[in-house]
Amino acid sequence: MNVFFRKLFGKGKSTQPAEVETGDSEVTKPGLTAPPTMPLKEPIDPELKLGADEIPADVHYLVAGCAQSVGKQRDHNEDALFSLTTMLSSDTAQIPFGLYIVADGMGGHQHGDIASSTAVRAMAGYILRKLYLPMLDLSQGPPSEPLQEIMQNGLFEAHKVIPKYAPGGGTTMTAVLIMGAQITIAHVGDSRAYAVYADGHMQVLTRDHSLVKRLEELGQLTPEEAAQHPQRNVLYRALGQVEPFEPDITTFPLHHPGYLFICSDGLWGVVAEREIYRLIATNPIPEQACMKLVDAANAAGGPDNITAILVRMPD
Amino acid sequence: MGGMGAVYRARDLHFPNVIKRVAVKEMVNQARDPSMRENIIRNFEREANLLATLDHPSIPRIYDYFTYNVRSYLIEEFVDGKDLEALLVEAQGFYPEVQVIGWAIELCDVLAYLHGHTPEPIVFRDMKPSNVMINSRGRIMLVDFGIAKTFQVGQKGTMIGTEGYSPPEQYKGDAGPMADIYALGATIHHMLTRRDPRLEPPFSFSERPIRSINPSVSMELEAVVFTALQYEPDHRFSSATAMKDALMGVARKTGALPQLASSTASLGSIAEGTKCVWNFECEDEIRGTPNCKDGILYVGSYDNNLYALNAATGEFIWKFPADGGIVSRPVIDENFLYIGSEDKRLYSVNIRTGKPSWNYSTDGPIRSSPCLAEGHIFIGSDDGFLHAVNAASGRRAWRMEAGDPIRSTPLVVNDMVYFGVESGDFYCLDFTGVIKWRFKSKRAITSSAVFSEGIIFFGSVDSTLYALDAKTGFPIWRYRLGKPSISTPFLADNYIFTGAADGDIYCLDSRSAKEVWRFTTEHQVTGSPIVYKDGLYCGSVDGYIYCLEYRTGRMRWKFDTGKPITGTPVAGDEMVYIGSTNNRVYALTP
Repeated sequence: MNVFFRKLFGKGKSTQPAEVETGDSEVTKPGLTAPPTMPLKEPIDPELKLGADEIPADVHYLVAGCAQSVGKQRDHNEDALFSLTTMLSSDTAQIPFGLYIVADGMGGHQHGDIASSTAVRAMAGYILRKLYLPMLDLSQGPPSEPLQEIMQNGLFEAHKVIPKYAPGGGTTMTAVLIMGAQITIAHVGDSRAYAVYADGHMQVLTRDHSLVKRLEELGQLTPEEAAQHPQRNVLYRALGQVEPFEPDITTFPLHHPGYLFICSDGLWGVVAEREIYRLIATNPIPEQACMKLVDAANAAGGPDNITAILVRMPD
Repeated sequence: MGGMGAVYRARDLHFPNVIKRVAVKEMVNQARDPSMRENIIRNFEREANLLATLDHPSIPRIYDYFTYNVRSYLIEEFVDGKDLEALLVEAQGFYPEVQVIGWAIELCDVLAYLHGHTPEPIVFRDMKPSNVMINSRGRIMLVDFGIAKTFQVGQKGTMIGTEGYSPPEQYKGDAGPMADIYALGATIHHMLTRRDPRLEPPFSFSERPIRSINPSVSMELEAVVFTALQYEPDHRFSSATAMKDALMGVARKTGALPQLASSTASLGSIAEGTKCVWNFECEDEIRGTPNCKDGILYVGSYDNNLYALNAATGEFIWKFPADGGIVSRPVIDENFLYIGSEDKRLYSVNIRTGKPSWNYSTDGPIRSSPCLAEGHIFIGSDDGFLHAVNAASGRRAWRMEAGDPIRSTPLVVNDMVYFGVESGDFYCLDFTGVIKWRFKSKRAITSSAVFSEGIIFFGSVDSTLYALDAKTGFPIWRYRLGKPSISTPFLADNYIFTGAADGDIYCLDSRSAKEVWRFTTEHQVTGSPIVYKDGLYCGSVDGYIYCLEYRTGRMRWKFDTGKPITGTPVAGDEMVYIGSTNNRVYALTP
């Protein structure tokens, strides 16, 4: 069984990032036809690798850390986070199970904090009820509903409750479900999930639903202009806002050795990706790395609420 | 939201002896500040006055307006009909091009009227299917002039109300007549493709070429919509009239103008076709799939023979006679090939001589194809067993009882054996034949499984394409096809391709199950698509083998065999091979 386990959780090719489009072909430009990922083409730093010897092998469970800060310029926190790490025993195997959610509320006076926390509760509650609890129930088999549909229905549940508790409010949501060898991400808005690879790569697994990002994808703005754009936090999709909306729901293979990193724009918007990678590479304990990352965002001015979750992938 | 209250259907009691229906629109003034509230009412009255002066058959007449406390009311002509959004939801398939062109021309007319308004052109700003009604006489009516917008208090927050139809410049606040042209383009795009732009990233129409979604649309119409949807206002049509002229041009060219052709007769000049290099005739139908190795093509036929042909020339090399038809696809190693037959046997045949080395009997016809792994042949039989047979000796290693015929081809990956059964079960066994997990679909699984990144994909006769976690069998996603599928999916990049009995070839994103494109053939697609270089090749029961660009689904060529194609092509050495039920196998240039 152990051999089999290792095989599936693949030390081999699944640790490589997915093949990168060269970008010559016009039909594969970001958009519907391309996967919603925008891999970095170059390693962040060829010198800098995850300390492979510091990541214990044979640890076939998830290890997660998280950190949060209101930042330096806001007086209250509108980010919400949820983190659950556990193990499921099926008939044939022990399966790592993790659910991680970051939601960034918006609308200030319109209860952004309530929108994000309500949405996170609704989403986490839905997933646990539909997926996790049935698996603990000996009289039931595994759920017959596909993971992606459970995630999608959870998002719609969250979308529906927001107007009740926070009228006019809205929130981003990036929810990551790790189960067995698969990572399934449900995403709306501009919080982000990254795959962090051992070889110096980092890959954004989510697509920002922001107007500025869209203009950047279309070549109307350079990444530099986008980073400085006054309207950079204008979203075209969010939970609790205008209907209809379509979430991005995507499943990726688990990568080992490596990490999964989820954060709100209060972090990725102010700490450069290179620095994010460096802090993760030099702090192998996820909890510690998250604190350092939040500190870095505060050191850079802390203009917004900051939330970070870092999950070490199992062997 | 945004101040619009309700719309009432009312009766005008000024005319007691007749029933005159009117629409009453109610708007709620949500401003708290009194001066702002005043301002909103003034804007409303100005807009109402402006609308009252408009006189066009596609614009509802304004009869009256008034304000009562925080509510303002507009009384206007009642339009008896349905809006285009509702019609889109109701419609099963695509609207005929002729119909859409007709609507688009009327919309150009009314836009030209609005844009020609003096002293200031009127910009509608909110063209979208839900604001276009078709009245009981089939005429276009433009409803919901943005009057409700004056009631939207400037809300702060990070959300913008993108409707998916608005042009880029509208987000900067400067929307001129060109904005309406873009939104009309977006509306036509939605009508032709049935893809709701509100569900897509803004300004992404060019990533959804109309003809890749709805190939029945003419290239000319696609070009007109493309022009209307240009990112830069200056690159669009210079006016609604210019766009109307272009649409009329399309109608003339495609024969839509006199409504002669009910569907478009656009043959779509196919730039490059294929060339048939050779074909070889057997004595009965070829329903299965050939295989090719080292310059030799192996193909089984219902005339009971397995043929070995020179792949370059089609020259006959040898044939091996079984006692029953062959639908199974041969699998080949260094010296032997393995093939199942309707005569219930699995054969091992020397590829140089065509002589059998051993045969293995099952208790039912074999329609499954063999899978070779770790020195063993795995194959299903209609006897309800999965057989594991030593490839060298032809002796059974084990067999596992599934209860119902197994017609899918087993897949072996990471020391596990995966296969579907006609009962609807899907099994994962280890190398000793012990069940690791089982998944149940509602109908037969004839489609064979494929594997990528820890996920198993297969289709089912229950009209669903499934993605399961290979290790646990947990479903990750399922995609609803139009009809049952026995086609084996094909994976390339992050795309998954498959066919179904609705005649469509589907391309989905394998990680998100989102449809990328779909191509419609004239009959069921029972074989599988394959990707070779940048082309996708797939046969259909309509008798054609199609070559499509695999990223867009655009057709490059099709080749007619005259009889249904039920098998899958095989490609190699700059050639594509396909068998047909007209008894022939063809070698085509890709």
